[in-house]
Amino acid sequence: MRWVSVWRRNMLVWRKLIAAAMLSNLADPLIMLFGLGYGLGALLPSIEGMSYIAFFAAGQLCTATMFTASFESMFSGFARMHGQKTWDAILYAPLTIDDIVTGEIVWAASKAWLTGSTILGVAGLFGLASSWWVLLALPAAFLVGLAFSAVGLIMCVLAKGWDFFSFYMTLVMTPMMMISGVFFPAEQLPAPLLAIAKVLPLYHGVQIVRPLVAGGPPPDLWLHAGVLLAYAAAGYALAIHFARRRFSS
Amino acid sequence: MSALAARALRKSYGATEVVCGIDLAVEPGECFGLLGPNGAGKTTTLKLCLGLIEPDAGDVELLGEPVPRRARQARMRVGVVPQFDNLDPDFTVEENLIVYGRYFGFSEQAIRPRISTLLEFAGLTGREGAKIMTLSGGMKRRLTLARALVNDPQLVFMDEPTTGLDPQARHLIWERLRRLTQEGKTLVLTTHFMEEAERLCDRLAIMDRGRIIAQGTPRALIAEHIEPQVLEVHGNGYESWAERAKALAPRVERVGDTVYAYGDDVEPLLKSISGDLSYLHRRASLEDVFLKLTGRDLRD
Repeated sequence: MRWVSVWRRNMLVWRKLIAAAMLSNLADPLIMLFGLGYGLGALLPSIEGMSYIAFFAAGQLCTATMFTASFESMFSGFARMHGQKTWDAILYAPLTIDDIVTGEIVWAASKAWLTGSTILGVAGLFGLASSWWVLLALPAAFLVGLAFSAVGLIMCVLAKGWDFFSFYMTLVMTPMMMISGVFFPAEQLPAPLLAIAKVLPLYHGVQIVRPLVAGGPPPDLWLHAGVLLAYAAAGYALAIHFARRRFSS
Repeated sequence: MSALAARALRKSYGATEVVCGIDLAVEPGECFGLLGPNGAGKTTTLKLCLGLIEPDAGDVELLGEPVPRRARQARMRVGVVPQFDNLDPDFTVEENLIVYGRYFGFSEQAIRPRISTLLEFAGLTGREGAKIMTLSGGMKRRLTLARALVNDPQLVFMDEPTTGLDPQARHLIWERLRRLTQEGKTLVLTTHFMEEAERLCDRLAIMDRGRIIAQGTPRALIAEHIEPQVLEVHGNGYESWAERAKALAPRVERVGDTVYAYGDDVEPLLKSISGDLSYLHRRASLEDVFLKLTGRDLRD
């Protein structure tokens, strides 16, 4: 549990800069949710038995969680590791690089969870969720956060410079957002694209959260949760592997 | 038992061997200096001693713990002042100490009572709430030193503790380091300031190209490796003077347009100086030993 001190360090910084952190992590996705949800939603009939805004809220919850987790683990993580040399300072203390990687991933997932759960709370306030089933979206959001934090941290410890993240964001995250059923049902996609979506984590997050917002248990819950867990676990192992390699030279 | 012992330590990066078989023993309570030009392998040696990287061969024992196997246990009782300050810029002075103490498993309640002592030591009393950005280079260095003491370590590693500081700041750091040795702490520092090494270190090792090429007390190293008097001569006619000096001194060296003559007795040399020549007569220092052993070529 030594990693907790790393988590607490990041938490303390977050608390000090809370206004900016909340604004970027919450205002953006909420503006998009209501803008697109009501704007576009007015033109659209219900999708899968839900209003468009409720349909989109489930996707936006997962997307915003993904973005918070990824930004925190990549950009903020890289700033701490590379720019500020905070990781070096921590390594002089009786902590190992494994402790730091664990603390960073759990921290980024926690921050992402806060984004996801706030969006959920707002969606609830606006009456977009119809039953208590929606509360299960809270652990689901943490799982989505964990998967993307772990993958993001791999990018962080592999990065030589800031530009590196553009590749992942532009070539992976943005297309993933388009094919994972965030804005429209992924089943409408041509089969090859749907097949790609199904091996990526965001799709599975949406598949868990959307039925919960609609008010029932998600079909194939354990399959979807399993994929997210697998991303988190494999990402964690790889992040540790590459972090050890980076810090042993 | 030594506070730090390294035996036959080796480390390569790719095809380059950075540390090529180093033996070191630092006794409890002493201030030990590791000297060397840039790229000599000093920082890598420190990292090996701390267990931050694994050696290719050899053993390290730090405060009785085998490293890197039990490096974490050893680091519980060790402080580190790195070459470049890596204080947390988002935190105040006080928060830096509290957060750092947590990495050692101390609660905030346990660290708080120590903060005023640490800040007094660092000459930062009254600066508890200051942001790191607002501190001068010297203050940051002292805070880094205070941070390294947060766990009340038995041994403190310092990588070039005064590089980049003005003389006032440097003297204050020296005074504090002496205080630490008086308290019985063991200090291991790397530096390429010979004056610093001569003033602070009980013993030192000169490193070059991954090897230790000389070891001993500053005085013994000077006595062993170099003549006690030095004459530096430059100005018009220095070339012909250098030729004459060769008959009068056991060792004469030309570097650019300056001639260095070394000897036990430089009176005859002084008498031979005439015309436009300017000279400086001084006692031999550790820097002369260092330059003699590691050469005058630039290291980048």
